Amino acid sequence: MAPVVQIRELHKIYESGEVPVHAVRGVSLDIHKGEFVALMGASGSGKSTLMNMLGCLDRPTRGSYKLDGIDIEKLDRNELADLRNQKLGFVFQGFNLLARTTALENVELPMLYGRHRRLGMDVIRERAMHCLDIVGLAKRHDHFPNQLSGGQQQRVAIARALVNEPQVLLADEPTGNLDSKTSVEVMGVFQKLNDEGITIVMVTHELDIASYTKRNLILRDGVVVRDEAVQNRLIASHELLRIGEAETAAKLVNSPSA
Amino acid sequence: MRFTTIFVVALRALRRNSMRSILTALGIIIGVGAVITMVSIGNGAKSQIEAQVATLGQNIITVFPGSFSQGGMRSGFGGALTLTPEDAEAIAAEVADVDGVSAEITERSQILANGLNWNTTVKGESPDYPAIRNWPIAQGTMFSEQDVKSLGKVAVIGKTVADQLFPNEDPIGQTLRIRNLPFRVVGLLETKGFDMRGQDQDDVVLIPYTSHMRRVSRRTNINTILIQGSSPDKLDRVKMDVEDLLTQRRRGREPDFTVRTQEEIATMATATSSTMTLLLAAIAGVSLIVGGIGIMNIMLVSVTERTREIGIRLAIGAHGSDVLTQFLIEAILLSSLGGVMGVCLGIAASEIVSQTNGWPVLVSPSSVFIAVGFSAAVGVFFGFYPARKAARLDPIEALRFE
Repeated sequence: MAPVVQIRELHKIYESGEVPVHAVRGVSLDIHKGEFVALMGASGSGKSTLMNMLGCLDRPTRGSYKLDGIDIEKLDRNELADLRNQKLGFVFQGFNLLARTTALENVELPMLYGRHRRLGMDVIRERAMHCLDIVGLAKRHDHFPNQLSGGQQQRVAIARALVNEPQVLLADEPTGNLDSKTSVEVMGVFQKLNDEGITIVMVTHELDIASYTKRNLILRDGVVVRDEAVQNRLIASHELLRIGEAETAAKLVNSPSA
Repeated sequence: MRFTTIFVVALRALRRNSMRSILTALGIIIGVGAVITMVSIGNGAKSQIEAQVATLGQNIITVFPGSFSQGGMRSGFGGALTLTPEDAEAIAAEVADVDGVSAEITERSQILANGLNWNTTVKGESPDYPAIRNWPIAQGTMFSEQDVKSLGKVAVIGKTVADQLFPNEDPIGQTLRIRNLPFRVVGLLETKGFDMRGQDQDDVVLIPYTSHMRRVSRRTNINTILIQGSSPDKLDRVKMDVEDLLTQRRRGREPDFTVRTQEEIATMATATSSTMTLLLAAIAGVSLIVGGIGIMNIMLVSVTERTREIGIRLAIGAHGSDVLTQFLIEAILLSSLGGVMGVCLGIAASEIVSQTNGWPVLVSPSSVFIAVGFSAAVGVFFGFYPARKAARLDPIEALRFE
């Protein structure tokens, strides 16, 4: 089967400053359907730049990128927008939800653009509710982002990314703004989605978060220096149980009088 | 994007930022409201002045005596005592398109009646006077041509005189004394109010001009001749005919009279009010510009602030045109909503001014269109232009925008 993501000798050079910055220096990569990949590296390793190019938010300077068999080099702005709308789902570090907009309306957003625009509002609403249900937030559909915790906001963002049934879910440091327990919860959502067959590519710099994935890519100075399958994969649901037990224990220790 | 969907998106965006929406609309509301109110008040003032001019009567030509010089001293206009009742009679007999002529002689006099006395203007007039001045008789009748011929001792009085001399009484049939001569009151004029100079027009007693000349003032000349033309377009010709006739009657002597049409007086008066309307319109224009700048600022700031939102929408798959259409609809909605409310506010404010001042306030449609059009244009342009800039950014740049 052809890979969903096929990258050959991808380069990105930023010309904006005094000195051109060669952020990505020839990355070649295949990602197949159903994979769960973590892109890792220190800051400045080019992982975010690579991610932005994978997400069609930024164009490569050189090299080829085929997404689901489509060569993105030949597409114009609007065709790229349609591609992002239909084949990709984004989860950002800063959530990037629309403020003062309910969770449900945030999830509806991608369906208001692209080929889904011909759907009726009731169908749109129903599908958005379904996706909120997947991430376990159906009950809080009418909450605004500022009424939700960071983890809940990120789950709303995941629901939004899922709503157009994308080929690939791209997550740029999805746990970067979250505490460790909520991070595990979010990884639990990702693992559940991946088990259902969704391809996920995630940028992270946290090793323990990367170990929830199936495949780890390490970037350094714009090139892939290591590409390996995860050996001791963590399962989020087990980890959550463990954390829960630890917390209960901590509470017993910390409050003997209770 | 389907129009209804984008409409929903725009409505949601407006609701989401209700404070900003209200502020933007407020700029438009104030701008539009101020313009409409100002222009309405100006128009009202103008119509008020025109109405006052109209109370002078319709199509009136007035003949004033000219100046004279005696021993090197020159009097001003009206100084010469050269108009005679015969001049008036000749005009009535010989000039075409004249509906009425009144020889007018005016003097202030102390009058007595009913044990009360009152100093008022006693005017000698012809029976045509009420018709010329468009001043109906409220009670009784005007004195007749017969009274003029027989130097009748009859009087028609104004409301103020009636109130002062015959309080709580029917003045008709009563007697009042002018220079100790008894005059019978035959008619009461309708209330006319104050003239443009602020004088009470109802403080007047009318008697036949012949009686005035022979019995009261003992003068041989009259003050003015009032002529009513039959229609406004014939007024200039009537004026020329009157000038010709009077010049002819003076047999080549220096003309000692001045003929003025009411149009000239009216033109002066409306020129004043036009200046005022212009002034108000200028103030309104300034408020419109200030309002426009307010709209512009809010729009510019909000679009800059919303660059991130535009980034999110672009990343999720919106086309640049989708974002632009959304912002355009938002701007149009705000502008039209603000425009409608501004019109309502303007009309309401005009109405309040009209109620409190007893002043006719006329809402001019052109001011409504200009005010709404300008505000909407400013709102839409400054909502659209920065949005276009933002929609052309790469999504990743718009997303990084702080």
